[in-house]
Amino acid sequence: MELPAAATVKPDDEYRLERHGTWKRFRKHRLALAGAAVLIVMIVVAVFAPLITPADPNAIDQVNWSGYPLAPEVAGHILGTDENGRDLLARLIFGARISLTVAIFAVVMEIVIGTLLGALSGYYGGIVDFAIMRLTDVVLSIPLLPLLLVLTAIVAASSNKASLNFGVIVVLIGGLSWPSVARLVRASFLSLREREFAEAARALGNADLRIIFRHLLPNAVAPIIVAATLDVANVIILESTLSFLGFGIQPPTASWGNMLANAEANMAIAPWAAVFPGLCILVTVLAINYLGDGLRDALDPKM
Amino acid sequence: MATYVLRRVLQNIPLLLLISIVLFVILHNAPGGPLAPYLQNPHITPADIKRLEHNFGLDRPLYVQYWGWLEKVLTGDLGYSTSNSESVVAAMLDRLPATLELMGSAFFVSIVLGVALGIFSAVRPYSWIDYTVTTLAFFGQSMPVFWFALMLQLAFSVNGITAFGWRFALPSAGMCATDECGLYDRFVHLILPTVVLSLAYVATWSRFTRSSMLEVVRTDYMRTAAAKGLAPRAILLKHGLKNALTPVVTIVALSMPGLVAGAVVTETIFAWPGMGRLFYNALGQFDFSLLMGYLMLISFLVVLFNLLADVAYAWLDPRVTYD
Repeated sequence: MELPAAATVKPDDEYRLERHGTWKRFRKHRLALAGAAVLIVMIVVAVFAPLITPADPNAIDQVNWSGYPLAPEVAGHILGTDENGRDLLARLIFGARISLTVAIFAVVMEIVIGTLLGALSGYYGGIVDFAIMRLTDVVLSIPLLPLLLVLTAIVAASSNKASLNFGVIVVLIGGLSWPSVARLVRASFLSLREREFAEAARALGNADLRIIFRHLLPNAVAPIIVAATLDVANVIILESTLSFLGFGIQPPTASWGNMLANAEANMAIAPWAAVFPGLCILVTVLAINYLGDGLRDALDPKM
Repeated sequence: MATYVLRRVLQNIPLLLLISIVLFVILHNAPGGPLAPYLQNPHITPADIKRLEHNFGLDRPLYVQYWGWLEKVLTGDLGYSTSNSESVVAAMLDRLPATLELMGSAFFVSIVLGVALGIFSAVRPYSWIDYTVTTLAFFGQSMPVFWFALMLQLAFSVNGITAFGWRFALPSAGMCATDECGLYDRFVHLILPTVVLSLAYVATWSRFTRSSMLEVVRTDYMRTAAAKGLAPRAILLKHGLKNALTPVVTIVALSMPGLVAGAVVTETIFAWPGMGRLFYNALGQFDFSLLMGYLMLISFLVVLFNLLADVAYAWLDPRVTYD
């Protein structure tokens, strides 16, 4: 007698082939590959910043600087200097460090909080779900940029902006952008918990937490990866916007955003100082967005 | 339908109260709280601060203060703005026309361009038009708004465009050059901020229109329309677009509050005398009532437009059941 189709079990190597399909689909998305390549270059630059940099990012070129920004290629400054006579290329390289680390740490925080709350909400339902979802509604209803501006202004008010450091920015952004992840994970868990393997895991007497993390979560990873990738791009924009408006990373620490704040005033005499930092943001964010798009297509053609 | 709307309205009241409590607690626990602007004044002694605290009722328990705030808000009083020396409502109403003008023009440009580009790329998917539009949309979504604004100022205002011995330049700040504020004057001042504010929405809405349109093209009723011998243009615009726009209406409604909140950056860079800049200026001086009022207002808009999006979707798409 033949087994009905639904009951046939695929051999292990067929599963491996399916996973292989993910890579194959991703490889076909050439822009996503290009995005990944650009991102890797940026990460390498950020990691090895002290080795690559042509100068100290905070050092003022006392010899050549006379109160005005130096133009590109003057006195060995490949991209020129800013209005304080600091090497622009060096600041861009160290700015990559700040932008990428803020984004990565904030997204890790966002994913951890969002996944945890979404999983609890979707798995337990009832009052737990209700409480978590109302919290999610509240955070989602207050537009993020104005809220971040007010919170950073509060932190800044007590200390004349000195305490607006890397950690504060990461915690504020990461601590407020988890709701979309929570909703995503909750939606996955609502359907996953009804599946047979979840019931089997329950029937075997597994503890709730073990079911959530060992059995259900691995099946909900694909959309989380895509959301995390795209959110790295969002956070880079958010951090640079805050820094540009004066409520993010504070000078003298170089960030792509605060470099632009300084460049705005001198745009008529030193347009290069306004062009390059923004170009770095655009290229990085574009690369990540293409990468995220490719991952979405590759991980789940239905998404 | 009426009961559905009523139920959704009632559901949102506790949400708004919860938002206001969260914002109130956060802002009150800020260093200095509502008295922060006075703390920076060297002529005000600690004894004065104590007296002010008592006069403003800030020494009472937080829930009593919140209740007082809520009662006032419900009668349309958002408090006194220390950075503008007038009531918050008056300060906001003063800036409202400028914000509405910028929002309105950005909305118009975004909806026309976004939907048109979306249709163009959906009509011939994977053609060069489609690739161009999709690429531009990706750029638009990845563009840091403030940098785009700076580059436009650099190109069109700082240097201007010189061609054929004729210099063309656009104003980069404010709403008018003179006090008369003529129509042409207002128009040229509106161009750059509108382009900057609408970029992200043109990008998102065109992608959304494209995918929605592609979904509709595959449906049976489109094949039926073709089988009846209708002209391709009629099929596309009358049968296709009408149905494809239903989800677009939702996404447009959901982005409306973002158009207000996102204007903070645009208004700041272009010195646009609107509500976003009012908010930005209040940040540095920690103008408690204004910050609280502004955050509450845009949160209210988010909740309101979420509701409108749901209602519009249910109303436009008869297949959606609401019980």
